Amino acid sequence: MREIDLSQMKSGEQGIISAIKSGYGLTERTESLGIRIGIKIKKISSQLMHGPVTIQVGNTQVAIGFGMTKKIFVKVE
Amino acid sequence: MLKNRKKSDMLYRKIFLIGNPNVGKSVIFSRLTGVQVISSNYPGTTVEFTKGYIRIDGERFEVIDIPGTYTLKPTSKAEEVAVKLLDNAIKEGNNIFINIIDSTNLERNLNLTLQLIKKRIPLIICLNFWDETKHTGIHIDKNKLENILGVPVVPTCGITGEHIKELVSKLKKAKISKYQYKEGEKWTKIGKIINDVQKLTHRHHTFGERLRDASIHSLTGIPIAIIVLFLSFKAIQIIGESLINYLFEPLFVNIWLPLMVKLSGALVSSGFIHDILIGRLIDGNIDFVESMGLLTTGLFVPIAMVLPYIFAFYLILSFLEDSGYLPRLGVLLDTFMHKFGLHGIAIIPMLLGFGCNVPGALATRILETRKEKFIAATLMAIAVPCMAQMAMIFGLTASYGLHAILLVFGVLFIVWIITGIILNLFTKGESPEIFMEIPPYRFPYIPGLLKKLWMRVLNFLKEAIPYVLLGVLIVNILYTLHIIEFIGKIASPVVTGILGLPKEAVGALVVGFLRKDVAVGMLIPLGLTMKQMVIASVVLTMYFPCIATFVVLFKELGIKDMIKSTLIMIIATLTVGGILNLIL
Repeated sequence: MREIDLSQMKSGEQGIISAIKSGYGLTERTESLGIRIGIKIKKISSQLMHGPVTIQVGNTQVAIGFGMTKKIFVKVE
Repeated sequence: MLKNRKKSDMLYRKIFLIGNPNVGKSVIFSRLTGVQVISSNYPGTTVEFTKGYIRIDGERFEVIDIPGTYTLKPTSKAEEVAVKLLDNAIKEGNNIFINIIDSTNLERNLNLTLQLIKKRIPLIICLNFWDETKHTGIHIDKNKLENILGVPVVPTCGITGEHIKELVSKLKKAKISKYQYKEGEKWTKIGKIINDVQKLTHRHHTFGERLRDASIHSLTGIPIAIIVLFLSFKAIQIIGESLINYLFEPLFVNIWLPLMVKLSGALVSSGFIHDILIGRLIDGNIDFVESMGLLTTGLFVPIAMVLPYIFAFYLILSFLEDSGYLPRLGVLLDTFMHKFGLHGIAIIPMLLGFGCNVPGALATRILETRKEKFIAATLMAIAVPCMAQMAMIFGLTASYGLHAILLVFGVLFIVWIITGIILNLFTKGESPEIFMEIPPYRFPYIPGLLKKLWMRVLNFLKEAIPYVLLGVLIVNILYTLHIIEFIGKIASPVVTGILGLPKEAVGALVVGFLRKDVAVGMLIPLGLTMKQMVIASVVLTMYFPCIATFVVLFKELGIKDMIKSTLIMIIATLTVGGILNLIL
């Protein structure tokens, strides 16, 4: 088990959210899209040149800007 | 927003639809009210509320569709609008609230549900996409959910209309729930509800899901996007051309022309009324494009030259919207767009602008910051020609060949890029990072799609024809009074000196303020060289928006930004036109 941020995950990798480093604003937004500590997610893809990252949360997919992915931490195998 | 109501509306009780973006609210709304409504499969489409009516047991209700929101603590402009509408609705009292939930994402949707329950309002829950739960191996015990939350729960499928009748019959039974929870334990409570009520069984990835993943991966996504866009343009071209060649042109030539010839004869082929209605005879014949009569050019241009492409464009666009492809396109383009200070979804106002610059300008509302709105609106107005204009340009350049059209679009694309870079450098403000839901691919709800198509085509006819008729009339009068000649002489240092166009082209520039399609049409009899045609097409797109677009931009940007935008357009036009004149 190691902890990395979303930008470091590989496509297709699964993990559990362990920390979200940010102020109130980001937490409300991430929570309302179902991204919370303890939730299992799967990284679907990332775009070239530090583009957005797409993850799967439950039955939804969410696109997250690169800067934000560095603030969301995940525990992976 | 709710202030401008008719007195009679105050007497009706209201039903409010509230739920996450993309849960099928607009389709449910359409089913309840039978009213025309735009529903598209990308978040943030409904930025204003939509209103309709329904009659239940003889009582008339107003139905209001609130913009989608994930939470009652707003994180975006659209959500602020939703929360404000909700609070007003609650203050009014005596209203009913339907919380529409995406059954395939129950856990996340319950976040809003619990917040609504806390407001102690008469609530009924609609578990939409119920059919999809079967395909995704999700089993929800709706009775248990009803018991736990204390409000009626109705599973529905908006697309097929299943159980909508049941929803309507239960509306009056909407209850105020007594369900309690403390703020900090909200998610724990939600987790518990999910455990009690939902069971997941495993199932294999469907084709739709594989396609979903492939279209967003950089490596496969970009080729897919190129193919999709290419096929879209091709489809628009083929459908448009076919409608013109097999339907509209024959209609005008075989039925309308003989009538016009008779009328022309009756009016003795000349005179004031003849010139207004039929226009001038070209080589002794009525020419539907050049005669400039209200009944000839005034009808032929919008109906037989532009409408076919409007129809084709919106048909294809509606499929792209309702299938859910556009948000993926937004993700693929996000990095590219940020170089110009824009969010990935700014592709939407650009695409809409190809149909008509007016909805393109309105669509800039989905962008969060003033900087993004300003850049998107300016780029769209300056470099995205509307379908009306393009249809005419296709007609105009037919004789010059494909490379003429490609040159026009190539130049406009470069203008878009360079203007975008410059605007990004000099405009203060932020372009927030992308953070949005990507809905699954769904087959479009065809009745809704056709309704939307019909509305857009009808809107085009209602808006375009009066302006075209006005434009044709004004042009006619200006020519008769030799005013165009006069303006041509004054403007010739610019029009001929800088842009290299004959001074007669000034007529097109004057009319272009009103309607760009009529303006292009006026270039046809001038016998321009290919170089001049390219310059004229580019200039007509760039120099100034048509009056309809101008009015909308003025409202969206405010006067200061509008002036800045306009100056940018004029300066850019002279620069680009001048350069083209020198190098082509």
